[in-house]
Amino acid sequence: MKKILKLQVNGEEFEVLTETHKTLLEVLREDLGLTGTKRGCDLGTCGACTVLIEGKPYLSCLTLAIDVQRKKIITIEGLSEQGKPHPLQKAFVEKGAIQCGFCTPGMILTAKAFLDQHPHPQEGEVKRAISGNLCRCTGYVKIVEAILSTIE
Amino acid sequence: MNRLDVVGKREPMLDAWDKAMGRARFTDDLTLPGMLYGKILRSPLAHAKILHVDLSKAKKVAGVKGAISGKDIPKKKYGIVPMAKDEYALAIEKVRYIGDEVAAVVATTWEAAEEAISKIRVDFEELPAVFDPIEAMKPGAPIIHEEVPNNVSAKIHKEFGNVEKAFGESDFLFEDTFETQAVNHAPLEPHAALAIVDPYGKVTLWASTQIPFFLRRNLATALDIPESKVRVIKPKVGGGFGQKIDQYAKDFCAAFFAAKTGKPVKFVYEREEVFTCTRQRHPMHIQLKTGMKKDGTIWSQQFKVIADGGAYNSTAPLMITLACFFIMLPYRLENLLFEGYHVYTNKPVGGAMRGHGIPQVRFAVETQLDRISEKMEIDPLDLRLKNAFQAGEPHPAKLLVQSCGFSDTLRKAAEEIGWKEKRGKLPFGRGVGLAGASFPSGVSNMSHISSGAIVKIERDGSITLLTGAADIGQGAETVISQIAAEELGVPLEDIRITAADTEITPLDPGTFGSGVTLRAGNAAKMAACSAKEKLLEAVAEKMEARSEDLEAKNRRIYVKGSPERGMSFQEAIKYYQYSDRPMPIIGRGSYSPPAKEPTTLLKENGNFSPAYSFMTQAAEVEVDTRTGKVKVLKMVASHDCGRAINPMLVEGQLEGSVVGGMGQALYEDVMTEKGQVLNPSFLDYGLPTAMEIPSIISVEVETDDPEGPFGAKESGEGTQLAPAPAIINAIYDAIGVRFHSLPVTPEKVLKALHEKKK
Repeated sequence: MKKILKLQVNGEEFEVLTETHKTLLEVLREDLGLTGTKRGCDLGTCGACTVLIEGKPYLSCLTLAIDVQRKKIITIEGLSEQGKPHPLQKAFVEKGAIQCGFCTPGMILTAKAFLDQHPHPQEGEVKRAISGNLCRCTGYVKIVEAILSTIE
Repeated sequence: MNRLDVVGKREPMLDAWDKAMGRARFTDDLTLPGMLYGKILRSPLAHAKILHVDLSKAKKVAGVKGAISGKDIPKKKYGIVPMAKDEYALAIEKVRYIGDEVAAVVATTWEAAEEAISKIRVDFEELPAVFDPIEAMKPGAPIIHEEVPNNVSAKIHKEFGNVEKAFGESDFLFEDTFETQAVNHAPLEPHAALAIVDPYGKVTLWASTQIPFFLRRNLATALDIPESKVRVIKPKVGGGFGQKIDQYAKDFCAAFFAAKTGKPVKFVYEREEVFTCTRQRHPMHIQLKTGMKKDGTIWSQQFKVIADGGAYNSTAPLMITLACFFIMLPYRLENLLFEGYHVYTNKPVGGAMRGHGIPQVRFAVETQLDRISEKMEIDPLDLRLKNAFQAGEPHPAKLLVQSCGFSDTLRKAAEEIGWKEKRGKLPFGRGVGLAGASFPSGVSNMSHISSGAIVKIERDGSITLLTGAADIGQGAETVISQIAAEELGVPLEDIRITAADTEITPLDPGTFGSGVTLRAGNAAKMAACSAKEKLLEAVAEKMEARSEDLEAKNRRIYVKGSPERGMSFQEAIKYYQYSDRPMPIIGRGSYSPPAKEPTTLLKENGNFSPAYSFMTQAAEVEVDTRTGKVKVLKMVASHDCGRAINPMLVEGQLEGSVVGGMGQALYEDVMTEKGQVLNPSFLDYGLPTAMEIPSIISVEVETDDPEGPFGAKESGEGTQLAPAPAIINAIYDAIGVRFHSLPVTPEKVLKALHEKKK
């Protein structure tokens, strides 16, 4: 059954006519063209589809779009402010924390939500925070370094 | 060598910003108007005849635009190694493992395609299946491919020196058996393909591939059309590690349906399909006998290796050959008898994975070496140093090793892990271990192995670089651009690179065998040099100098040693044009690794690779004797990669490779029962997370390889050869138990500790 969903993504209002069983991941990628959010497993096990809903990290592959209407959704495309990259984005680039880049959007958003809550974490806490986001390329070393480098 | 400005710098990857901002486009991110979505029906049986496939109900599902089975496609086998082709795009006549492709559909939505798949009826006649390669080799075992009656689809039997005589001359003999498990590459991006076909039958395929040019060839074969009718474009690829070397049903089906329907067609695999129906690292049974001389010389080794190939060949002959030849590096070994078999079973298919046949045998050699050193009372480090191969030594298989920092990697890894202070001296439950390895920098033994590059100097002084090389996230485009920029004397930002489009960019074999930096890097260097020379000629005329006395650096061209006597790059281009020389300036490079003749090592010996990298891994572990859990505290990756073109990217390669190796040692295992994969998800598989990672120290041992561009060699693939044995050796140091099968799970540790107490 199709329905019109009202979604607020990256500060913009969208109306989407779509099946009610569609996940947020599907709607973001297929209806809104926001392909920065990645589909790595569709089972909530890899973290590549992580987006922020009201500032908290959610697995968009396990979230129904219909359930998050009118909530503030941020995807990787909406993390920069007035075209200025978020410090995490800059750190990931400069510290070599990105290889294939498929886990990167989810990883950055998970880190952002975590740092918002824990501005001065220990290394072990950072590792725990991103442990639901898998990466096969980097061995996580430079990802952890990049996240820690953004802490003042 | 001159001071280098761009090579050797820690540059972020050229596409890192796109990836950080969510702008990077992978295959599944591409959509085209009117696009159809495809799904594949897979075999629920491990071995069966296909009697009949009924597509009629599937075709009636609303939105379905096509459905095919094996009998609708050209009966053309394909395969990545020409001599080992054994696959059809969809199974014809029979299925050989659970997951084998039976039929495919396309529809206007994913849901319709899925529904249609569920409506296909297949009549199978189940056949006896075999799941153990040793059983599969026995007379009377079920035959999986009719043309291979004993299921041994590739074998190698080679002797160097005289092993029997050498065993007679040995003072000590050691015999062990080892087993390794199936490991999935698990790239984060699932395999995907998108195809369109123009009215003249020309196929364009975007695919998550490591090898666009090989894919073009394979696809043309499978579709039974000329290669000139296929164009393959590689968008961003989300990791490969060898798994994206092969062509898959998704590539074929996308192209086939695009031709049939006239619409764009996309196939994307689910994670479960990635785990069960693509490729995995071959499980191996390894018997190893080693003869040692009293003074610690490794004098003779005999191997019997049985690799569980699963249902198809993929890279079988190459895999088993690599396993053999890389026994003879990084240690001197004059007497070797190697008997290797690639055996079909009714299980998921083995393929190239980071290290390609070598990690398994290195696990055997390196852990046995530790047992040997204990029995012979020689420090494991000293034993390795004594036998370490050196540059320029004659090699029994005629490998030509021109640079070799192996001994240095051993010393530095030992120093960094605290070998002298820690080995045998830590409290029970803590230990250190190390292991060595060597890997080729590309292969020179097959056809289709040359790389080309084109460098265009534009009117505004910017540079366009065309390369066929396939960046799959390792940073190939960045490294190749750095090489070209260095050669041209311009900063990296002046280079615009276009890569991996078979219609536009020059031939390249793609990303495998760790040859990209050396091969495509050399081609880019040659192309840059040839473009530069044209410019230098013009400048030489203007300056009344000889062009060989000029050099290009920092966007200037000047007389060597006198930077003030010259002109800017921009002025040089202006002069070039005004002196009536034809624009554009184009430089070309074609590079093939030097080999007197193509050698297929299976038959004759010869220099396999243009260069060899060397590495040592050292591990410190802590074993929880109550839970059996092994925690890796520290890993040192000491690597001779020649000259590091981009040290930050080299570190990234080492770190990722180490963690993958740790996964093989402790966690990862594609478990099957009667051919059914039991754990095809990240939840159950055991991919290392950030919680498991140790402190990783990368130590680069720089050598200057004469064949490598600016002296560069492989990095990152070889690093996955030795972490597992280093960890297993450290576990022995910690608890006094030697493990001969991987992965070393808590259950195995507890069982071993229990038995030790008895």
